[in-house]
Amino acid sequence: MIATRKFEHTYNFAFIDERTKREIRRKILKAIAIPGYQVPYSSPEMPIARGWGTGGLHASLSIIGPDDVFKIIDQGSDASVNACNLRDFVRRMTSCRTTFDTAEATLIQTRHRKPEEILTERQIIVFQVPQPEPLRSVERYEFKTRIMHAEADYAKMWVALYESYVKFGAIMNGAGYPVRVNGRYIMTPSPIPRWDVPNLSMAPCLHVFSAGREKRLHCVPPFTRVEPLEFEDVKFRVEEFREIVCAASGGDRAFMDEIYESESTRKFVINDSDFLDKVRLGQRPPQRLFQNPV
Amino acid sequence: MNCQDSDTGWLLRVRNLTKIYGEPIATSVQYTGPRFNSNICPETDAIVACAEINFDLYPGEVLGIVGESGSGKSTLIQLLYFDQVATAGEVYLSALDEAQTNLLTLSNQRKRHARNTLMGMVYQNPRDGLNFGFSAGGNIAEKLLMAGSFHVGRIRERAAYLLGKTEVPVARMDHTPSTFSGGMQQRVQISKAIANNPPLLFLDEVTSGLDVSVQARVLDLIRQLQRELGVSMIVVSHDLAVIRMLTDRTMVMKNGRIVESGLTDQILQDPQHAYTQLLVSSLL
Repeated sequence: MIATRKFEHTYNFAFIDERTKREIRRKILKAIAIPGYQVPYSSPEMPIARGWGTGGLHASLSIIGPDDVFKIIDQGSDASVNACNLRDFVRRMTSCRTTFDTAEATLIQTRHRKPEEILTERQIIVFQVPQPEPLRSVERYEFKTRIMHAEADYAKMWVALYESYVKFGAIMNGAGYPVRVNGRYIMTPSPIPRWDVPNLSMAPCLHVFSAGREKRLHCVPPFTRVEPLEFEDVKFRVEEFREIVCAASGGDRAFMDEIYESESTRKFVINDSDFLDKVRLGQRPPQRLFQNPV
Repeated sequence: MNCQDSDTGWLLRVRNLTKIYGEPIATSVQYTGPRFNSNICPETDAIVACAEINFDLYPGEVLGIVGESGSGKSTLIQLLYFDQVATAGEVYLSALDEAQTNLLTLSNQRKRHARNTLMGMVYQNPRDGLNFGFSAGGNIAEKLLMAGSFHVGRIRERAAYLLGKTEVPVARMDHTPSTFSGGMQQRVQISKAIANNPPLLFLDEVTSGLDVSVQARVLDLIRQLQRELGVSMIVVSHDLAVIRMLTDRTMVMKNGRIVESGLTDQILQDPQHAYTQLLVSSLL
């Protein structure tokens, strides 16, 4: 029998072809050079739908090397469906080692969280971003938001924060709190909780934010100032979990998930699954905690 | 009174300000204007909205601009407020770079800064001047934030003060202008325009579309603010009653040109230009 060769086709290392990877790497370099600036990039077709983590995959796959140790989390968890599927995909396409251990990983892809554990200068973290434009909520036209960024015209954003304070007594932006990067561009840190926002500033690791559907990526380079927008008298605050301990580990001072067990009872569990495992084992990995202003 | 010869003391100096829509050629300005009773260039159909505008405005002075629809009076102040880009001309403000820089050549950033700190504008339609998605207080806050004030408490105090001054109930500060009456919307616009104590205020047909009693109150308010703050104003109106009530000096525009200028009383009592005579006689 003459065997069909059709299905023997193997993919390029890390799925994306080398020219496209180079293009994405160039765009990442540009984004590093202009912290917080959204760089348009090619966003090639991937075997998952746009908006399901393609942006993160583009960035991860274009910078991953054979020696990298890859970790991927979804809402803090290594075990959620999105994370498992993308981890399998990256492992099949690169044969790289994967890990749950935050400290061991050299490349971490994430959706909606930055790990609790302090990341070091040998680590890169890639965020999957649904909407890279922080001004979208106040200005619907793309051509106008680009002009606003170019001219650093952020009054509308400030008025939106003022309005939020006037309406609700507090700035209500929960996830994706707008930040100013390196004193210039206003950026959305992707929908991470406010808890994680102070950990972007002056961090030793490189942050890459990539939105596949919107075809934009932006970066926060290591040791770059990231300041949440705040008024002189209405300050940025992180979520508080006062007197709350994790039901699974007994740990505290971490971002907690609120889990309802029945109609009347609820418990809190540490959201970052690797951090939770370590706390359970009696370790307490190094963390940077933000103190809310009194 | 002709102040154009005096070289000192002015606040705003405008020289040869021109706006042409479409394709201007060298003779566009030459073959349009009141002499031809048209502002359309016969060669290219370019529209000469205003051309060869020269005047000086002095501190505390109120200058009126009258003219029929399409005479270029709104275009003129939109050019000064950077809502539109001028085709040619020079504009100087004594408060900016010691009057050395032509405002029209500034970068967009500096234009916006000048506009936020040195100018205020009240449009005929409140929808042009206010963001109806924000509260009245938020609209005033926008102007204050753009000028670099980032203290919510102080912003709210200032907004409440301004709304009180313009007789908008302070209790409605956090409501959107869409829930306000026309007269109230116009007063919120005025509060926003004077939020940063600008030395220069533009009023574009502020009372058109308001009923007579509200008109009178808005005009009273403007007069009162002018007296208290000593702000210079350029008032655009087709209503000679408004011009008579508010302004010291008046320029009459037709087909994009100034056809006559002088003291308001003089213009209204003793109009010289044929068009001004027509305007005055048809309104009396």
